[in-house]
Amino acid sequence: MYPSRFKYESPKTIAEAIKLLDAGKGEAKILAGGQSLVPMLKLRFAFPEQLVDINNIPGLDYIRFDADGSLHIGALVRHEHLEKSVEITNRQPTIAAAAPLVADPIVRTRGTFVGSVCHADPQGDWAATMIALHGYLVVQGPKGKRNIDMKDFVLGPYANALNYNEIAIEAVIPAPKGVARGGYLKLERRVGDFATASVAVSLDMSSDTVLGAGFALAGVGGKTIDANEAASALIGQKLTDATIAKAAALVAAKAEPRTDHRGSAEYKRHIIETFVKRILIANSEQKVA
Amino acid sequence: MSSLYEEIKSAPASDIPVRQITVNVNGEPRTANVEPRLLLVHLLRQAFKLTGTHSGCDTTNCGACTVLFDGRPIKSCTMLAVQAEGHNVETVEGLASASELNPIQEGFKQEHALQCGFCTPGMMMAAKALLEENLNPTEDEIRWALSGNLCRCTGYQNIVKAVLWAAEKMRAELN
Ligand SMILES: Cc1cc2nc3c(=O)[nH]c(=O)nc-3n(C[C@H](O)[C@H](O)[C@H](O)COP(=O)(O)OP(=O)(O)OC[C@H]3O[C@@H](n4cnc5c(N)ncnc54)[C@H](O)[C@@H]3O)c2cc1C
Ligand code: FES
Ligand code: FES
Repeated sequence: MYPSRFKYESPKTIAEAIKLLDAGKGEAKILAGGQSLVPMLKLRFAFPEQLVDINNIPGLDYIRFDADGSLHIGALVRHEHLEKSVEITNRQPTIAAAAPLVADPIVRTRGTFVGSVCHADPQGDWAATMIALHGYLVVQGPKGKRNIDMKDFVLGPYANALNYNEIAIEAVIPAPKGVARGGYLKLERRVGDFATASVAVSLDMSSDTVLGAGFALAGVGGKTIDANEAASALIGQKLTDATIAKAAALVAAKAEPRTDHRGSAEYKRHIIETFVKRILIANSEQKVA
Repeated sequence: MSSLYEEIKSAPASDIPVRQITVNVNGEPRTANVEPRLLLVHLLRQAFKLTGTHSGCDTTNCGACTVLFDGRPIKSCTMLAVQAEGHNVETVEGLASASELNPIQEGFKQEHALQCGFCTPGMMMAAKALLEENLNPTEDEIRWALSGNLCRCTGYQNIVKAVLWAAEKMRAELN
């Protein structure tokens, strides 16, 4: 399978990349890890006139916790960088739990976190994670930078809120008021498969009280599902059997699963509810400093 | 011959420049003129005639095309050849020296870790990446590291044993 013909540029700066996108008037596409785009080029689901390869722009591969506790992930951070980061393991449990479950270990050496969020695959793990973490993207275009909140970013399957001449330069996860807790669970038929159903949960805890929470789902709808409303069942409360059951039911109600070769709709909804419970129970059993 | 590489040599689209790229393959600089849409796996196999790197699924699933790119394993069917410009690529042909097999190759031989051999180059390159990071992997760690590589013949058991064998030999060589 060969891609159709395209022009290729590999700029050294973000400004140059934006200029190329702008000149492309919607026919130019960013190439990041290429682990979704190159397969799509080969299948000719995508046939851009021009690729703008951002892999040679220096300084975009940072994972940084700022002094205020916010987490910044640059556009060239690969899935495996997150999987191996000690800081992520220690401070951001939702991302730490999801990282080893994205694709397979070889795809993870190339694919990027930000590219995956931009790709907005309904089964993608990172868009769901970002929604549950109440994150936002910093994007840059010809007129400068703006932030796009994750709740406004995913417009549909493979559709995001970027203009054709904008690049997502980093993902930001706001600081927790207390301690960041949470988790990620995914049911897959085999390693590297996309999710049959997966659940991202973020918790912001002070001692054993929930200050904030977030929920999002992948694989159980036409797009990434924002289930953050379910946080209302937990905020200001402790994680008890009753609050956990209520939150899990609210999250499961948000799922829009369809029966397919990966399982029945009913089964997938049941998995979602079970996964939410498992993650919350695991967090209720952890002693919070 | 109507391989893409030949096609590209004979019919470059007028508005798409063919570029000359130089890639460091198994320690040697190699140069080719390529159109941007050429995949790395085709550059290796068709331009450089390094046919040890296999193309299995062509959909980024099987890992038969795994090579090391600046030391990390990648699926060469999912990278453009132009992206390798100036980078180091290691293929299975780079494993053995003139007189000696690499311990990973020896391990595959000792433990009967292949049948048809189609997946073997990718398996060995993925194993090399693992052993460069961790010379004392557990069986679980090996299975995990090779989970992006599919084998339709062996049932994996002997592949895992082969990597354990190689790790032991490489540790012994260090001492
Ligand atoms: C075998 C296989 C299994 C996989 N399994 C999973 C899985 O289980 N879970 C999962 O979540 N993903 C999975 N993926 C997808 C993988 O995670 C991709 O890496 C990811 O979806 C895209 O990231 P990328 O950096 O490779 O982006 P690319 O493929 O380079 O780009 C994807 C899209 O995003 C755009 N884009 C990329 N970066 C930017 C940017 N900075 N600004 C604006 N637009 C941008 C591109 O133009 C393109 O449209 C799998 C892929 C494969 C091949
Ligand atoms: S040929 Fe590249 S992954 Fe199968
Ligand atoms: S030995 Fe035949 S595919 Fe692995």
